[in-house]
Amino acid sequence: MSSFKAAYHALLAHWHTLTGYKLFWPVFIIAGLAFCVAVDTYGFVDLYLQLILIYVGINIILTVSLNLINGYMGEFSVGHAGFMAVGAYVASLLTVHSFPAGAQNLLFPLAILAGGLGAAFVGFLVAIPSFKTRGDYLAIVTLAFCMIVKSVLENIDAVGGPRGLLGMEKLTTLPWVFFWTALSVWVIRNLVYSNFGRGVLSIREDEIASDLMSVNTRQVKIIAFVVSSFFAGIAGGLFAHALQFINPRMFDILKSTDILIMVYLGGIASISGSIIGAVIYTILLEILRPLGIWRMVFMPLMLVLLMIYRPRGIMGMKEARLFTPLRDLTTEKLWRQKKKEAPDASA
Amino acid sequence: MPLLEISKLTHRFAGLCAVSDFNFAIEPHELVGVIGPNGAGKTTVFNLITGVYRASIGSIKLQNQELVGLTPHQITSLGIARTFQNIRLFKELSVLDNVRIAHYGQIAYTPAEALLHIGRFRAEEKRITNKALDLLAIFKIDESANEKAKNLSYGLQRRLEIARALATEPSLLLLDEPAAGMNPNEIIQLMEFIQWIRQTFSVTIILIEHQMRLVMGICERLVVLDFGATIAQGLPSEIQNNPKVMEAYLGVEVAS
Repeated sequence: MSSFKAAYHALLAHWHTLTGYKLFWPVFIIAGLAFCVAVDTYGFVDLYLQLILIYVGINIILTVSLNLINGYMGEFSVGHAGFMAVGAYVASLLTVHSFPAGAQNLLFPLAILAGGLGAAFVGFLVAIPSFKTRGDYLAIVTLAFCMIVKSVLENIDAVGGPRGLLGMEKLTTLPWVFFWTALSVWVIRNLVYSNFGRGVLSIREDEIASDLMSVNTRQVKIIAFVVSSFFAGIAGGLFAHALQFINPRMFDILKSTDILIMVYLGGIASISGSIIGAVIYTILLEILRPLGIWRMVFMPLMLVLLMIYRPRGIMGMKEARLFTPLRDLTTEKLWRQKKKEAPDASA
Repeated sequence: MPLLEISKLTHRFAGLCAVSDFNFAIEPHELVGVIGPNGAGKTTVFNLITGVYRASIGSIKLQNQELVGLTPHQITSLGIARTFQNIRLFKELSVLDNVRIAHYGQIAYTPAEALLHIGRFRAEEKRITNKALDLLAIFKIDESANEKAKNLSYGLQRRLEIARALATEPSLLLLDEPAAGMNPNEIIQLMEFIQWIRQTFSVTIILIEHQMRLVMGICERLVVLDFGATIAQGLPSEIQNNPKVMEAYLGVEVAS
């Protein structure tokens, strides 16, 4: 037993040195991207598995971005599917109606980006009620927003109305999903470990105190909502071009609930948690598919048990070292160095 | 010229007059105490100054700039910082982050630079972290920089709250019952501590307090509130013998 423990600690130490290297992430991302391109070109992973990986990536984007609002800022938004819908429709309309058939592959990133920007603009609008409303009341506002998006889409015939929109080519490939997933994780981590991210956290802790400590809470809320909805829109665009068909019902409150489950399963205010939550939930749902209707009994039951035994989710309020910038890990070193330079400061 | 000048300040909560016709001025480097029985409107005055409430009538001027109508973070950036009666730290965040958040208004990079970690981001983060660590070292809480704020002892939490307020680089510091929950020994230490802060950071201080020992010991001037009205202003020695104050605080004296 003790030898097992020693081995574990040795492994942990190696892991810490490995993740302490500045090059860990660049190498990981390049290798991951290369792998995805290889899979896409040579197809040595079967298509079903590829599709699951694509969904895993999309769900990671959705979960990480929602965690910014629900975990880091401590609000309760249930409108994430609405932002996703905006992104999905904007991107699909562009690829189906505006882009020339020959250049679809080339212009695809632009369509996704436009979807993200469209959703970000809507997110900006939703940020405005958040200046005055908090907690349950903001949840109602976002719920209403989600319903508005759905009914607006159902009533515009130009986008297919309740029948939905089709005609998208299958443009969402594994390398693109990997790229956007890595980008969203990186950007949101950057935001969290910045002045504005600390502002987001301080709003969760005590909004009045944060305002009195010179935090521009309106600015911070706008940034959080815009960034979060931007990536929800990106995920929506990718989703639409993976499924090649969208209709308004796909983006109702149930979709939001799915994302909420992944956030709370993985743990609030944690990027590693969001990734773990999205991966586990997506893969488990696939694995349990043979259970048929019993899947919908087993999954919620698992959630109930998780909430009882781990109320804050798997990684709640904790962060893996891997996702903490080296700069933040080395503050302690910085401080010790300071003490050495000026030993009288501690006396 | 007074640092802060409040004239005819009146504030009502649905008919209840919390503060009425409050006039007050404070010169730079003064240390003034605001005292009064519970519910006298002391904290309301602080909330009005810092913009948590918007005054219904009257004006508050910091170096001739009108503060009524500004948001709390704007007022804080102009140089007014405060602590709270019931400690309001960011409990789940580290001690270091508590202080770094108070530097929000001093950071020069834009949201775009923060999202991509480019441009001025790295240099600014380093500058802020260094500043925050220095401040923590001055307050002797740097040993717990990575500790969560909620894990600090009560006394250290009070100290951290003052450090956090000073991180906003104020010219005027508002302390709301800094001695709450302290024993007589700690109060004596706190008196020295407040004097030391005033000299080290050259701030003007307004203090709300119930502990007479503290107020009489360090304040140069006192303002007494009762039911929102100013019933006395003057030197501590004058206030001590003011019959109106005694009445408000202790009730009408009965010969025994």
